[in-house]
Amino acid sequence: MQRVPILKLGDILIVSIQIDLDDQSVLALQEDLADMVVSTGARGVIIDITAVEIVDSFIGRMFSTIAAITRMLDAETVVVGMRPAVAITLVELGLSLGGVRTALNLEKGVAMLEHVRGGAG
Amino acid sequence: MTVPADAARRRIVELFLSSEERLLQRWTQLSGASPDDLRDLYEALRTALSSDDGDFADVRGLLAELSRARVRQGHTPSDTARLVFSLKEALYEAAEADGGPEALRGFVWFSRLVDDLGLFTFETYTAARERIILDQAEQLLELSTPVVKLWEGIVAVPLVGTLDSARTQVVMEKLLQTLVDTGSEHAVIDITGVPAVDTQVAQHLLKTVVAARLMGAECVISGIRPQIAHTIVTLGIEFGDIVTKASLADALSYALKRSGVEITGAAKTRVAVRAERA
Repeated sequence: MQRVPILKLGDILIVSIQIDLDDQSVLALQEDLADMVVSTGARGVIIDITAVEIVDSFIGRMFSTIAAITRMLDAETVVVGMRPAVAITLVELGLSLGGVRTALNLEKGVAMLEHVRGGAG
Repeated sequence: MTVPADAARRRIVELFLSSEERLLQRWTQLSGASPDDLRDLYEALRTALSSDDGDFADVRGLLAELSRARVRQGHTPSDTARLVFSLKEALYEAAEADGGPEALRGFVWFSRLVDDLGLFTFETYTAARERIILDQAEQLLELSTPVVKLWEGIVAVPLVGTLDSARTQVVMEKLLQTLVDTGSEHAVIDITGVPAVDTQVAQHLLKTVVAARLMGAECVISGIRPQIAHTIVTLGIEFGDIVTKASLADALSYALKRSGVEITGAAKTRVAVRAERA
């Protein structure tokens, strides 16, 4: 099983998914991410899926689950870099990723997190 | 009196082969086509009829070519079919002169063969037309879905014409790709040019908006005419939290406001625009 690395940048955690995710990796990522949010006190999580070409309903649900978990830990999750084909697939699957913030790219994702926290603080 | 089928067939082929010059002359007279075309056809037919396996591939090839050439010259497909059919009349005269029952029975067989060939020219014509229509539909698909940039970070798709699944797919893909390429966070789908909105079209629009949202962009639907608003409500289509505006101008002003651009003095003649720090 491959593990997805989690990078820390200030108080933001960045997860760039560059492998073909299987169900085990997804579950491991959820656990690792929850641990990291607690241990670093991060306020935001960015999941970069620029390199992801194929998603299924399980991975689609992963985004919602991670967003819900991090929100419990007072951190916002933004999914960035979704490809058009992936977006179309998710819509066809009937997944609208309720409760997940999305941004076009990493830069806009970081800006969005700053904006959200600025509004809250 | 019955005549064995293969004997009849042999006799008519013999007649066909033996009276080449007379047949060709009569055929040319009856059809009014150029003798050279007919001679080529006759020759191909002769080869096909003399061979045992009855391979008409060459004849069909020639006919297809003839059919295409005649369409270009402005003949109707019926004309071309009639040209082929007139060979029957030419050969019938030869069969009548022969007078034997084999010749007449064989003529019936030959007549069916010529019918097939005549119909083949018609088929070629239809197939060619069909291909042209397909090509045009494809070109139309490419032509009719431009994605235009209205402002830094705002793109628009002015939809014109009827929306079906295939077109929506193209529009969706093009719009989403443009969002990625230009890094735009706002998109306006303008449906002023869409004549009617039914549940299916609405479904397509909703899908596009949701897909754009998944990628991190906001979509506004604009150009909803009164009748269309009426239809949408009557059909009970739920647009949910998707922003809809009556005109493209309203949608643009909404998108500008959302992206942090401030328009001042809109009521005066002079319009000053100031973009906030990106």
